[in-house]
Amino acid sequence: MHRFANPARFLRIASAIYPWLAGVCILSLAAGLWFSLCASPADYQQGETVRLMYVHVPAAWMGMSCYTAMAVFSAMALIWKHPLADLLGRATAPVGAAFTLLCLVSGSLWGKPMWGAWWVWDARLTSMLILFFLYLGYMALSNAFDDPSRGHKAAAILALVGFVNVPVIKWSVDWWNTLHQPASVLKRGGPSIDPSMLIPLLLMAVGFQTYYFIVLILRARGEIAGAKIRTIRMAQVHAAGQGE
Amino acid sequence: MSTDSVGAFFAMGGYGGYIWPCYLLGAVLMLGLLVLSLKAARAREAELEALQGSRQDRARRRAASVEEARS
Repeated sequence: MHRFANPARFLRIASAIYPWLAGVCILSLAAGLWFSLCASPADYQQGETVRLMYVHVPAAWMGMSCYTAMAVFSAMALIWKHPLADLLGRATAPVGAAFTLLCLVSGSLWGKPMWGAWWVWDARLTSMLILFFLYLGYMALSNAFDDPSRGHKAAAILALVGFVNVPVIKWSVDWWNTLHQPASVLKRGGPSIDPSMLIPLLLMAVGFQTYYFIVLILRARGEIAGAKIRTIRMAQVHAAGQGE
Repeated sequence: MSTDSVGAFFAMGGYGGYIWPCYLLGAVLMLGLLVLSLKAARAREAELEALQGSRQDRARRRAASVEEARS
């Protein structure tokens, strides 16, 4: 693990896989859009609104998996004090927040015609809203201190404490009587949806996942350069202070 | 495709008003975040390069002036 923890090596590996990620992302999103909007049937109950699911479900997966990644990076940053882990955690947060927002809005757009309400205070919906606020809190906290490292540490602790929400989201549909339907893809006994609907769902999921890796690399590049700039500036201030 | 079938495609069985905003928001969020991240990375890398360049210049000048003082 520590072999990949060196920023220079990370940047080298990242730039090698970047074009492959971009290719897979573009192809799977293009195919995913074609299948979800054109080449898949309408649902016998939901009609055409089933097409919202091809955005909603992968976005929900991303919201939860990004948070899990952020919590793992935060734990690594707190335990081993490794700057790369810390920086990857911060690079993950906006992607997770964007997908969680997309999940909430797409769910709302599906809920209005199907349930008759934009929003209900159901366990699944409420815990997902809390996830969104946790992302916002994490991002606000990591930038809230003059000394960046203090903010990063506080945010990492928040990410770890907030992780308790992730299993709550996952099993909320089983623990409580919710309006939200239970899992139909990631469940014991395999997916219970037709291949014609599973294909667009999985293509979009691959597209979203590779998109996350692309943005993660870009943001990590920015953060690594930013950290180097800070170090040089500090050295300059220090040298100027000594020169007087 | 005839205009009828194009219209039917965008109407989405009467649910177009729910489906298209969702796909539009997805596109805006994903493209927006991608562009912001790319711009920030490029700007900082350029700033770092300029800073490192000026540092190297100064180091070279300092070395040259030391050489001059010695001779």
